Amino acid sequence: MDGMRVAFARTTSALLDEDPQVALVLAEISVSGYLWRAIERHPERAVNIGIAEQAMVGIAAGFAMEGFHPIAHSIAAFVAERPYEQLKLDFGYQGLGGTFVGVGGSYDYAAEGATHHAPADAQVMTAIPTMQVLAPGHEREVDALLRATYANGEPTYVRIGSAANTEPFDVAPGRIEVVAHGGAATVLAFGPMLWPTLQACAGLDVTILYATSLRPFDAATLAGVVGGAPTVVAVEPWYEGTAAAAVTSAIADRPARYAWIGVPRTFVHAYGTREDLDRDAGLDPTGIRRRILEVMD
Amino acid sequence: MDTTTDALARVRALMARATGDEKHEESSTSTLDALWVLYDRVLHVDPARPADPDRDRFILSKGHGPVALYAILVAKGFIPEAALDTFMEHGGTLGSHPDRTLVPGVEASTGSLGHGLALAVGVALALRAGGRREPRAICLVGDAEMNEGSNWEPVLIAPHRRLGNLTMLVIDNHSSTPDMSPWAERLGGFGWDVYEVDGHDRAALEVALRRRHEHTPVAVVADIPPGEW
Repeated sequence: MDGMRVAFARTTSALLDEDPQVALVLAEISVSGYLWRAIERHPERAVNIGIAEQAMVGIAAGFAMEGFHPIAHSIAAFVAERPYEQLKLDFGYQGLGGTFVGVGGSYDYAAEGATHHAPADAQVMTAIPTMQVLAPGHEREVDALLRATYANGEPTYVRIGSAANTEPFDVAPGRIEVVAHGGAATVLAFGPMLWPTLQACAGLDVTILYATSLRPFDAATLAGVVGGAPTVVAVEPWYEGTAAAAVTSAIADRPARYAWIGVPRTFVHAYGTREDLDRDAGLDPTGIRRRILEVMD
Repeated sequence: MDTTTDALARVRALMARATGDEKHEESSTSTLDALWVLYDRVLHVDPARPADPDRDRFILSKGHGPVALYAILVAKGFIPEAALDTFMEHGGTLGSHPDRTLVPGVEASTGSLGHGLALAVGVALALRAGGRREPRAICLVGDAEMNEGSNWEPVLIAPHRRLGNLTMLVIDNHSSTPDMSPWAERLGGFGWDVYEVDGHDRAALEVALRRRHEHTPVAVVADIPPGEW
């Protein structure tokens, strides 16, 4: 259920042990049950400051000003949106690097209601010019991407959640994996949308691509595989069309048809499970297949 | 005139060189005495080594009215005097809010109110985590800037983290719409050691700004009565 969150805590604890320049700033979320032991082991640079997300990001930036590689983390809405100006100015404008891990994605916390949803996280993060945006789809990819980016000198948003693919890929930041070759369309799945996308595309003659990086985006691979007049379908775990700028600019030199299958741009006034809200949004395999067939028609 | 008076007269002349005006907005001149005391008497900073890891870190949180800071950085040799001639101009490095990537000696890019104190808490934590016991983080905020809720998060956190290497300097030029006093009760209630001084009394400012405890952050509230900017 929360394999990615466990993986985040495990890798973060290991990085604190391995690299004396790593700092962790938490605002109560994931302390008990996940990272309390790391905080006990490294009391000077692994700190839980209480429920204060603006300060969490500002304090992380203070660590970065002193040459540390800070990691800050909360529920996606409370690390990507609430302290947005601290991310924009304290990290972006000041030219500092840090890692921001948001758990819960679009509506993992389905039963908590939309106060705990963050389908806009990736979009608002990409509005910060230097921000890298990563969406691992498997707990092993969480480890690989965190280790590849925690000291990259750039602000990096890592989106984790309860939705996950059944198998990991050997991923790297800024790289698209080619999962299947086909002729009728290209389907680009981001992060945990790969697994429902594979089910949705069963028996279809489509190329299937897998991206864990929205930024940096692997424009070269996309441009190389889609062909001259492609139909491109993006399957996104966040608001539909979030990837539009990256995808369309990668193949701006050719005529193309697009479809953006993601979280509808409306407030959810419903509870239940993530799977319930996936069905409502048309993001279950059945819904995704219906949309892909419409585009290919 | 004594040495300090001469030096401050030069700083005022440098401020005039930047702005082309003998008068200055209150956000610059209300900070002048405190900034001078910091850079002349208190801060361990060296213009030859602006990135010295053992320097004190000064963060102008409010970012507004940085002309006094720029003039003092010129007087102390951090930036060339000619930089003042292009204040706020395209191609210049000194804007009406400071940019740390452009100005040696400027620790933080500020101007959006309510950011600097959390940065200073992070710097103080990082200094401690790095085993640097001597340097301090000193953060200047304005009384109206303290309206911002984002300041009260680090006000709460700094005593809890026992940050004896942190000083908050409040320049109270009475520009806040809600009355921010009584400072001693309010900040003291969160666990800060609070000193209230006349914001133009350089001797008192120096004593207060030198104060440091092992585990308690210090707040120095420099009062600038209205009309005395």
